[in-house]
Amino acid sequence: MLDATLSELGNALARRTLSSVELTQHCLERIGRWNGRLNAFITVDAERSLAEARAADARRAAGNAGPLTGIPVAHKDIYCTRGMPTTCGSRMLANFTSPYDAFVIERFARAGCVLLGKTNMDEFAMGSSSERSHFGPVRNPWDLDRVPGGSSGGSAAAVAARLAPAATGTDTGGSIRQPAAFSGVCGLKPTYGTVSRYGMVAFASSLDQGGPMARSAEDLALLMNAMAGHDARDSTSLERAPEDFARERSLDVAGLRIGLPRQYFAPACQAEVLARVREALAWFESRGARLVELDLPNTARAVPVYYVIAPAEASSNLSRFDGVRYGHRARDPLDLFDLYCRSRAEGFGAEVRRRILIGTYVLSHGYYDAYYLQAQKVRRLIANDLEAAFSRCDLIAGPTAPTTAYAIGANAADPVQMYLGDIFTIPASLAGLPALSIPCGFDAAGLPVGLQLVGPHFAESRLLGIAHRYQQATDWHRRVPAQTPL
Amino acid sequence: MRPAPVTAMNWEVVIGIETHAQLATRSKIFSGASTAFGAEPNTQASAVDIALPGVLPVLNRQAVELALRFGLAVGATINRRSVFARKNYFYPDLPKGYQISQYELPIVCGGEIRIAAGEGEKSIRLTRAHLEEDAGKSLHEDFHGMTGIDLNRAGTPLLEIVSEPDLRGAAEAVAYARALHSLVRWIGICDGNMQEGSFRCDANVSVRRSGAPLGTRCEIKNLNSFRFLEQAIAYEARRQVGVLEGGGQIEQETRLYDPAADETRPMRTKEDAQDYRYFPDPDLLPLQVSDADLERVRASLPELPAAMRGRFVSDYGLSAYDARTLTAERSLAEYYEAVARAARDRKAAASWVLGEVSARLNEAEATADLARVKPAELAALIDRVADGKINRATAKTLFDELWRTLRGSVQESVNVADWIDAEIARRDVGQISDAGEIEKLVDEVLAANAKSVEEFRAGKEKALNALVGQVMKASRGKANPAQANALLRRKLGV
Repeated sequence: MLDATLSELGNALARRTLSSVELTQHCLERIGRWNGRLNAFITVDAERSLAEARAADARRAAGNAGPLTGIPVAHKDIYCTRGMPTTCGSRMLANFTSPYDAFVIERFARAGCVLLGKTNMDEFAMGSSSERSHFGPVRNPWDLDRVPGGSSGGSAAAVAARLAPAATGTDTGGSIRQPAAFSGVCGLKPTYGTVSRYGMVAFASSLDQGGPMARSAEDLALLMNAMAGHDARDSTSLERAPEDFARERSLDVAGLRIGLPRQYFAPACQAEVLARVREALAWFESRGARLVELDLPNTARAVPVYYVIAPAEASSNLSRFDGVRYGHRARDPLDLFDLYCRSRAEGFGAEVRRRILIGTYVLSHGYYDAYYLQAQKVRRLIANDLEAAFSRCDLIAGPTAPTTAYAIGANAADPVQMYLGDIFTIPASLAGLPALSIPCGFDAAGLPVGLQLVGPHFAESRLLGIAHRYQQATDWHRRVPAQTPL
Repeated sequence: MRPAPVTAMNWEVVIGIETHAQLATRSKIFSGASTAFGAEPNTQASAVDIALPGVLPVLNRQAVELALRFGLAVGATINRRSVFARKNYFYPDLPKGYQISQYELPIVCGGEIRIAAGEGEKSIRLTRAHLEEDAGKSLHEDFHGMTGIDLNRAGTPLLEIVSEPDLRGAAEAVAYARALHSLVRWIGICDGNMQEGSFRCDANVSVRRSGAPLGTRCEIKNLNSFRFLEQAIAYEARRQVGVLEGGGQIEQETRLYDPAADETRPMRTKEDAQDYRYFPDPDLLPLQVSDADLERVRASLPELPAAMRGRFVSDYGLSAYDARTLTAERSLAEYYEAVARAARDRKAAASWVLGEVSARLNEAEATADLARVKPAELAALIDRVADGKINRATAKTLFDELWRTLRGSVQESVNVADWIDAEIARRDVGQISDAGEIEKLVDEVLAANAKSVEEFRAGKEKALNALVGQVMKASRGKANPAQANALLRRKLGV
């Protein structure tokens, strides 16, 4: 049961061979069994989950169930959720409970999904390893000494270890795709503006985008049908007619032009990662797809550009955490300045403080033009390169990350080394393009490798269709981590 | 020979004004919370105003419309694409840690305000006007060494209107502020309530020798009355002249005016100036203004005071001064216009509106749309005076009674002129213009006032006025005063 896809679970629920309460109980049991080791969840409220499961069963009995009614979903702890803490992995919000639900939480509640819990993450989504959480590091189910990727590492680990059939994440520079790759699950970052950011604690507003994490592309499509949609409370939310993200599941890959940027197959990549990606591409080629070599010369600039723009926006977005209205407040402040300094120094971890400092610096008088403005110009160039590339191909493929999952603590002393791991995921973020990661094999250590597919704006259903065809022919996505057996 | 003493006469005071006008929207600029003044603290602050994690701003289109009204009314350039930026600084009453404002690309650029200067007018150029949100309020009293925060005002829409340094002296600055205040109320974008902070001015003041380049300026913050604006500028100019004449230098700084001491005091110097780290707000798309938006707003604009002023002079023969006074406030101008259209004597109409009507309105602290004597009624009274049916004094009595007591008894359907005629008859206040009747009264008065007659004959012209007064008294105010005057003169052989 726990290994089933969402549509299989949906069918079982519809046939009444399975109840939402049973399914939820199984998930809770598995969380009870494995979360102590994985640290994937920050908050689990079994009573609430079971109450929602009972309500979902009642709804099904009343005949108004939808395709996801009764399915338990874990949410990244960045989505504001009424009635339970929303911590963002930070001491700053360790005791914060939101009085309102995020758009994404509302949508899954409306679909009749069961809220299974809130997943662990890098503090304020700043990180690529899920080590930087106030609540301790998340561990990779394939190797408990390794990171699951980040920042949505709790969601990735929960899905990989079958603690949850599906989860939500957020992606600013790769925070859905890279943990999906490291943990051997599927993750989609939609076109910027597709999923409302209302109630998603902001990291970098012009890049943040919510998306689903699950065990198959087909499941991602089902989740997208629930998550996507216009929201008047987010001015950057796109007004588009509702679409069925599963509509291209029967797509024919013959004739498809797959772009391979030279820069994405760089020697800096782990050899086994490149080998697994090439094998996947060979499958597409064998089915009639055409591989097109591309040149994206600005790729190397993506990481530095991202690490100017994202911290700049973050330095401003995180100003509201000042100890005045909510969140961590220093004890016995001497004066206002002391209240600010100590509340923020105590409430934020080292990586968040580092990015606030960088962001403050690049927006400062005299540096704005040289850093922030320049970064925006290069961002435009990178987006233009990608747009031009899509005149020569239908999608771009490559490794999601240059390596497989690394050991916990490996990059602790060298943040820049960790930043460089985002090189393949950042360009789509800068350009607001849809991109997904699916498993395409393992390295010699048995760690999953992710294949990234990037499409033009609004090509989600096509990317999902292509991934689905690949998953019909392969079973990488169905492998179960040996350390968290069923 | 000693050098001539340097006096303030050699100095020119240069002023530019930044005004924060609170826009008259029902809800806030980026949230749905109410903007009503005076509610219990923090009862009108939504999740967006409190800046809870995850909330996002959504622009209130009505605030944009009001900004466009202003831009069109002052003949400015409307930027078809303007950008909201974040002004970052920490303060407890600034919940997000940044204020959303417009920086490099404001919605309104340029334009002018015309003020009265001497006999003529002077144009004061505007630099820009931009949309922004207000902060909350810090309450330092009642909290025993702590500070209370009220976020009701946080997110209230403001239009910041910036003038060029075209103003010379405190009087011009006040004339500008008054003209701007009048205009924003005229076009309905701001209630102009200065006590509640709906209209506040910052003055940038510098002094220079005539013809010299601009001097170093000081900014005086938060002047919320015209009197304080005038006093603050006057003090600041004196202070700066004093410093310069004493051989010192002006330091660029922000100052506060203390009305109790009538002086300005330094608040922060340029060295303390914060780096606001402005950057475009990624939560808001650039603000686009379409042709259709502009045309809709243009069509909804009322006739502007300058145009109305011109018409009052050319069409109704008013003096420039009267025309300006009448157009200081829109409902008064419209009231006058309604009276002038209905009455034959337009100048008399102006004198009634600027006299009796304004006096009554001031007593009641009301605007002319709430006048208890309607324009048609006043016009009917004015016409009766012109027709000689009643004299002005009687008209004034009727006006007062109408204002005080009779308002409720006049039905909308009643023909006002008929009603006034009926009232004149009922009250027996019709003017006596019959020569025989007046002669009878005059004869009685001459017989009974020998002393006054003697004085008049001895050359005391004023005695005639006393005699006219006696005739009016004997007629219970009804005699035509001009006729009585003429007849008295004839009888006295003048």
